Amino acid sequence: MSAGTSSSESDQVDQEEFLRRVRPSNWQNPKPQEFYDLVVVGGGPAGLAAAESARRQGRSVALVERGHLGGNSLNSGSIPSKAIIRAARVFAFIRDDAEFGITESNRPLIDFAAAMVRMRRIRTRIAEYHSAERLSAQGIDVFFCSARFEGPNTVHAGETRLSFRKAIVATGARPQSSDIPGLEKIGYLTSDSIFGLTELPRRLGVIGGGPLGCELAQAFCRLGSRVTIVQNEPKFLPQEERDAAELLSMSMSRDGVETRLNTTVVGARMQGGEKLLDTVNDDLKSSIAVDEVLLSIGRAPNVEDLGLESAGIDFDAVRGIYVDDFLRTSNADVYAAGDVSSTYPFTNIAEATARLAVQNAFGAKMQRHSRLMIPWCTYCDPEIAHIGMHLREARRQSIPVKCFTVMMQDVDRAITDEQDDGFVKIYVREGTDRILGASIVASRASELINEMSVIMSAGIGMRGLAAILHTYPAQSDAIRLAAMAYMNDQPVDRIQRD
Amino acid sequence: MHELCDLADDALLARLQRGAFTYLSEYGNPENGLVADTSRAGSPCSIAVVGFALSCYPIAVERGWMPRSEAAALTLKTLQFFWQSPQGDQVDATGFKGFYYHFLDMHSGRRVWRCELSLVDTALLMAGILTAGCYFDGAAEEAEIRGLSDALYRRVDWRWARHGLETVSQGWKPECGFLHYGWEGYNEATILYVLGIGSPTHSLHGSSFNDWTLTYQWENLLGHDVLYSGPLFTHLFSHAWIDYRGIQDGFMREKHSDYFENSKSAIAVHREYGARNPRSYVGYDRNLWGITAGDGPGTREMQQNSRDRRCFGYMSRGVPFGPDDGTIAPWAMLATVPFGAAAALQGTRRLLERYPQVCTRDRFSSGFNPTLETQRGGWLSEGWYGLDQGLLVMMVENYRSGLIWDMTRNCPPIRAGLIGAGFSGGWL
Repeated sequence: MSAGTSSSESDQVDQEEFLRRVRPSNWQNPKPQEFYDLVVVGGGPAGLAAAESARRQGRSVALVERGHLGGNSLNSGSIPSKAIIRAARVFAFIRDDAEFGITESNRPLIDFAAAMVRMRRIRTRIAEYHSAERLSAQGIDVFFCSARFEGPNTVHAGETRLSFRKAIVATGARPQSSDIPGLEKIGYLTSDSIFGLTELPRRLGVIGGGPLGCELAQAFCRLGSRVTIVQNEPKFLPQEERDAAELLSMSMSRDGVETRLNTTVVGARMQGGEKLLDTVNDDLKSSIAVDEVLLSIGRAPNVEDLGLESAGIDFDAVRGIYVDDFLRTSNADVYAAGDVSSTYPFTNIAEATARLAVQNAFGAKMQRHSRLMIPWCTYCDPEIAHIGMHLREARRQSIPVKCFTVMMQDVDRAITDEQDDGFVKIYVREGTDRILGASIVASRASELINEMSVIMSAGIGMRGLAAILHTYPAQSDAIRLAAMAYMNDQPVDRIQRD
Repeated sequence: MHELCDLADDALLARLQRGAFTYLSEYGNPENGLVADTSRAGSPCSIAVVGFALSCYPIAVERGWMPRSEAAALTLKTLQFFWQSPQGDQVDATGFKGFYYHFLDMHSGRRVWRCELSLVDTALLMAGILTAGCYFDGAAEEAEIRGLSDALYRRVDWRWARHGLETVSQGWKPECGFLHYGWEGYNEATILYVLGIGSPTHSLHGSSFNDWTLTYQWENLLGHDVLYSGPLFTHLFSHAWIDYRGIQDGFMREKHSDYFENSKSAIAVHREYGARNPRSYVGYDRNLWGITAGDGPGTREMQQNSRDRRCFGYMSRGVPFGPDDGTIAPWAMLATVPFGAAAALQGTRRLLERYPQVCTRDRFSSGFNPTLETQRGGWLSEGWYGLDQGLLVMMVENYRSGLIWDMTRNCPPIRAGLIGAGFSGGWL
């Protein structure tokens, strides 16, 4: 901020700049070409990756976006949530860690509005990398309007018709709505709207214990809200390993989040000026009084009003667009990528599937989606990351599997950083050194898991991993220690032979 | 230092085993055989504690603590109570479908606390009922014990407890039906599956056990290969009745191990965790360990070495993933004696030397936290818990004579259950 400029003025400038990048108010849709090699429907992470990838190959590309470029990731997902989570982490660290010499007298007060201004500034900065102007400069025809298929190889975009050789549908997903009686009436927030808050809710009720629900419950609690999270299953993050989910439960409880597992919200109502969520846990009924409700029960694919039927594209409202292992829809000229066709709503997967779809659409050799090595992370504190096969999947497939576990509390750098909650688990096919997957719970699991991604993609086994030097001390040393545990587990004569 | 420390190992074991047994008579209701969950005033009966008590009466007879006729009479009275008490879907029944509610009123025998119809606690009760049926092999009232034992076991509808799924639920309530919780990962439920599969009337299919084992985690953890389960008791409960030495199911065959060896590995992990003591709790070391389910200091915040910690009440604590609030179960080390007498006794002696207050009237308390309330010598759970005492009596006996293991090796439902679950080898 320059001297003499107020915070709110600066924020307003940032927002104007943000819109200029993701949806310029004075944008004129280009005159369409007669025929495009590729039409991309949707300008989120998958759509942008597809358009840019195809353009780099010299294809003529049109991109149609009905809202803002960047999709959920930039506007209401990964970027804003991580900015808020960072603010919450810093605040919690300074507030809580007396061991580092922070005393009562110099403990901070949170300025929620300032944290939100910071989030918007970051969003604006990142928006530049895929701005409308930049896309145009690359030779991509950007259309800001609704898109609707009219036939197998045509899309109606606003007032014009775009004909294509290939198309990719990348319309993403939106927050799943709920049929909880009364919820619509009392009003609720979703990931699309929570980042528009200007004041910190005094009491926040979070419905849903998936990744986003857990991330925001913990972050808002750390920022000062009294948070209650309600999850209708016995654990948070049902797709993750049990130990990871339990560690997260403990961490959230330690932060002060009131956790209600195995609990269902059966109704919502206003009473005495406050919002009440009525819950049932087995046979126990109770109510939670809150000021705001965040609904985070999953995502619904954006498949409506696209004319998919006209193009012969099979889909349903729950699974989204059906694709084969090559990301091809039931229309051989149309592919789908990202959240609209994936069960994993992650930005990295959206981008990877988009690039794969482009390659399969135009390349000589088709590549299978199932071969992708996909790491993902939930950005709670500690973070929970995973790649490859889960232990239970391996067991179900009768694969003999052994897990090499290193606790972060046994890793020197985690101890010095006082970030020693968590573990690294590497799943190895027994009798071999082949790595099947890994789960990491650590302060920076999102970074550590990338080492496993490289290792697994390169086909390096536990023996090779044990030989790779790591800096010392480093939290990633936990990965090397797991490999050393593997080596220590091998019969001596086998190690000598190797 | 506790005066018990002066005793030789055998005498120490005998004394502590006897002390634990006296809980069962002191806090039992001789009119119906029910035994209180804890020694605290107003405590209801825990059906699992009754299961342990029924298994301990034969030990008492063999040890000369109780005349056989008295043990038989008390056992018969207990079995008669369970046979005659109301079964049905009323909210205050004693049981349903042959299962029993977790907690019962000590006098009326009716359900209390709106508690759940507990599958695993019923399994522990049935294990005791079957043990009684095996031990009392005489005529007259002993024959009646055998008849009731068989009838009670046959009445349990294990198949119903699947609720249409392959694996069993953790419980049921008349107010809401089956609980959402299932069994994930290895734990004390092995006895539940073995007894369910061994039933001649309403048996679980052997595949239900296999399906459960698909949730197992075989880990190299703190330097040891172990079928992971955090709380120590989960490596002990089923072993109180079943001698797992040398018998293997499909999972253990694949891992070239057995559940007995696995408990030894788990104990090694607990000891290693005690030595590393990552959270710097007072007292922990390689010879002072025992993190498991038990009483705790209650929900409270604690500043320890300037770090925020949380404490818990009665809960299942585990190693190494937690929860761990610095609370150990003083009885737990001794209860591992069949798996390694040296470590169990060394640890118990260390505990008694350092913290003699954890053992009064030769009974260990349920929980002790030396990190808290240091000016009072640490936080100590009030009174005693029946589960701890019953388990201790049985595990010490299995170490001293193998009495329970010898009996159950020839118990038809247990043999059938093990075989149906895919166990083979060894004594089987």
